[in-house]
Amino acid sequence: MSTLAGMLPIDWMMAIILFWLLLGLAGLLSHNPRFIVQIVFPLGAVAALALALAALAGTAQTQVATAPLGLPNLPFHLRLDALSAFFLLLLGAASVGISVFSSGYFRAMPVSKLGLLCLEYHVFLASMATVLLADDAYLFMLAWETMALSSYFLVTTDHEQPEVRQAGFLYLLMAHVGALAILMSFGVMLGAHGDDSFAAMRHVHLTSTSASVAMLLALVGFGAKAGVLPLHAWLPEAHPAAPSPVSALMSGIMLKTAVYGLLRISFDLLGVPQWWWGVLLLTLGLITALFGVIFAAVQVDMKRLLAYSSIENIGIILIGIGLAIIFHTSGKGALAALALTAALYHALNHAFMKGLLFLGTGSVLHATGERHLGRLGGLIHGMPRLALLMLVGVLALAGLPPLNGFVSEWLTLQAFLLSPGLPQPYLNMLVPVAAAALALAAALAGFVMVKFYGVVFLGRSRALAAVPPHDAGAREQLGMAYLALGCVLLGTLPTFVVLGIDPVAAELVGHSLAGNVRSTGWLLLTPMRAERASYGPLVLLLVIGTGVLFTAWMVRRFYHGRLRIAPAWDCGFPEQNARMQDTAEGFGQPIRQIFEWFMGVVKHMPSPFDVTPTFHSSVHDRLWDLCYVPVQRASEMLSAQIGRLQQGRIHVYLLYSFVTLLVLLAFVQ
Amino acid sequence: MKITDLLFQLVQNTVLLVAAPLLPGWISQCRAWLQNRNGAGVLQPYRMLLKLFHKDAVLADQASVLFRVMPYVLFSCMWLAVALVPVLVTGLPLAPAVDVIGLVGIFALARMFISLAAMDVGTAFGSMGARREMLVGFLAEPALLMVLFTASTISHSTSLTTIVETLAQQHFVLYPSMTFAAVAFVMVLLAENARIPVDNPATHLELTMIHEAMILEYSARHLALVEWAGALKMLAYMTLGIALFVPYGIAAPGDWSALPLAVVLLVLKLALAGAGLALIETLSAKMRIFRVPEFMGTAFLFAVLGLLTHFLLEAA
Repeated sequence: MSTLAGMLPIDWMMAIILFWLLLGLAGLLSHNPRFIVQIVFPLGAVAALALALAALAGTAQTQVATAPLGLPNLPFHLRLDALSAFFLLLLGAASVGISVFSSGYFRAMPVSKLGLLCLEYHVFLASMATVLLADDAYLFMLAWETMALSSYFLVTTDHEQPEVRQAGFLYLLMAHVGALAILMSFGVMLGAHGDDSFAAMRHVHLTSTSASVAMLLALVGFGAKAGVLPLHAWLPEAHPAAPSPVSALMSGIMLKTAVYGLLRISFDLLGVPQWWWGVLLLTLGLITALFGVIFAAVQVDMKRLLAYSSIENIGIILIGIGLAIIFHTSGKGALAALALTAALYHALNHAFMKGLLFLGTGSVLHATGERHLGRLGGLIHGMPRLALLMLVGVLALAGLPPLNGFVSEWLTLQAFLLSPGLPQPYLNMLVPVAAAALALAAALAGFVMVKFYGVVFLGRSRALAAVPPHDAGAREQLGMAYLALGCVLLGTLPTFVVLGIDPVAAELVGHSLAGNVRSTGWLLLTPMRAERASYGPLVLLLVIGTGVLFTAWMVRRFYHGRLRIAPAWDCGFPEQNARMQDTAEGFGQPIRQIFEWFMGVVKHMPSPFDVTPTFHSSVHDRLWDLCYVPVQRASEMLSAQIGRLQQGRIHVYLLYSFVTLLVLLAFVQ
Repeated sequence: MKITDLLFQLVQNTVLLVAAPLLPGWISQCRAWLQNRNGAGVLQPYRMLLKLFHKDAVLADQASVLFRVMPYVLFSCMWLAVALVPVLVTGLPLAPAVDVIGLVGIFALARMFISLAAMDVGTAFGSMGARREMLVGFLAEPALLMVLFTASTISHSTSLTTIVETLAQQHFVLYPSMTFAAVAFVMVLLAENARIPVDNPATHLELTMIHEAMILEYSARHLALVEWAGALKMLAYMTLGIALFVPYGIAAPGDWSALPLAVVLLVLKLALAGAGLALIETLSAKMRIFRVPEFMGTAFLFAVLGLLTHFLLEAA
């Protein structure tokens, strides 16, 4: 299956990247909006599907290619191995649904914007694929920056609004700080001889100090892209600003390219990681996960809520990677493979479920024009299909069986529980206890999801005059249904997914779970031994499904199905209106109260004698004051100082040049 | 998987399903005795279920499909939970499908559905109940997981079958870790089953209610299923506690001769546990809702302490 029509999977992928670029150009040059939404975006989805298939075919062996582009004597190297194939599969499979959705979602957009958006969208997809295929630092950075820029322009699609421009600027800033750190990390890894291909970097033997420096720089760079604490600040700003399919792409896929980069550098380019990197990643992951979910619980904007939830999920992925490094460096290969599988599985799951939820918020936004949770409610009555699809996403994101979010959390917890036997005694003891923090984050995710779904879809409409008259469009529904189906399949057929991830684990940590997993057949997932732990979601789904049908039938058979419709009882209170339900703030109040010390809560309480009392309370991120404001002040001060150099007179500048020359001459000798 | 095992699982589930309402009946009877009342007898829950099933259901006009589907989902989730816990025999056919983490997941699934259904009608009490239920839930779930992890690290497995077999074969020793875990488990059990001091199962029309606030809009057959599911949940938690902390007397797979003793022991243990619960409920007062996070935080810390104790004292 390695060749199809004489082309290797990697050739197909290069062709698909080219095709995406051409599609983008076609969209830009065409002035026909119907052509763009009905032809270009669906073709983009087809290309994404082809990419996913090529990635599936490409896991078998490593392939390399050289593209005769780029600078003279500096051709682009491309390489397809199990790791990049997995992430390309994620990219292709998730973006199929998002592109199908986009072809319905953007149909009402003015044509002047639509052409540009089409170009940026497809360049974004192509650049993400290129990042995953790049095999030298030059191409990687080129694609990485293209990805950052194209997504910046996508975020600022609605640039007429000042807050969108502001959010876009913050994103661009963070993206560039991150890119600089990655560039420096590559600089450290280049070693003395300066060959920028990854193949050469693999053979450079770094001292443990410089390897750690490279790793820390990479962590800063990729962490800024992924939203690892404290570099998360752009996510809750940029996601609400961006159009929903763009948020879905960024949260579902782009954050994973950062995960890819981290894995590529720590396991592949730097060779053998060091154990304290694992502890660092594990700690950062736990803090990020808890932080993200606690802040998600108190949000009142549905896209900000999802953005914080993305931070949480990146934390969970990081936990898996951290565990994998700890186990790998302690010589526990099978456990490392388990933890890594859990992390990758979660990355794949998150692409599907977060993509689905962000798309859903887009449909809600289209139908109601409202993003604020306090003005939504009761959408299940007007948009029943959307509500059903979103329910799947919500249950998956809450990590509930039998959907996909549960499987990856289950695998992560298994990795935690198996940790005893590590050489460091403290680590040995603290790692299982760290599972408590993960359990807390997972349980809080349930709270967040009930709040999100309950406030948006259930109850009565809070501020809108009537329930929206129409459900999401057919193509929007199709795109979301695809992603929802993905959530169900990833959740109920975990053995196939784990076997699919296995080559990656084998490549990075040199151990395979395939033997364990195959030993009990496809119905039960047994990552280790069968007595140790097993999980059969299909059985669970079947039993619960049968239980529901059987109970309903029995009740109907032996009693009756009589039903009367009446106003809600609510303990007999006669006056009931929509404002008596919990608002988003109200629902998040317990979390705000418990974690008040953790977040900055600004409250305004009216005095008891106030005749028109108003209560106001808002939550803000303390890390912003702690980490960002000082940096901002310092940079402002520094630029003010540097501003003194700028005199605006030509002879002063000539003097500067002269002094610089003199200083440089001193070095030349 | 043998056909007898499958058959036994089916029979056991049906018997437990039918017998589950006896448990809340027994608890309220014990409470009545402790409070110098005569009580309505242990069969009272059956009379109530029968009455509810015969009534016409009243549905709020704001209710969506979710509201009508929830009782069935809740009921079958709890039924599955009861089926998963080894009560008489270990190694039943359903056991490999779901381990302890999965069991916690099933409880979470049920909690999510009941909370969503409570928010569905859009009443003040419903959403308040949902919020409080999720508050209790997110604090209780990690505590329960930590309790189960303590048992898992002792038996090197998260499969309930292996956990129970390992613990049951030991001599009667007091694991310090399991003692901490047991305290935490009882606290979780009280909170998760809406008992005093976290919630009051006998209250209506009170601003302090949690579980009752959520199911306020349910009537007739829907309410009957919710109540029955509550009984099943109580049974699942009690049998889980028995399996973790006093599994002695449980029959090994295929050992049918030990079955009668196992049945007698199970009934005795359940009766004792129910009486103990009634005693706790009689002796304590319901606490303010703001104190619940402290209570649950204590449970969580006890559970974590149990796990730590295991590594400090017992890891060999």
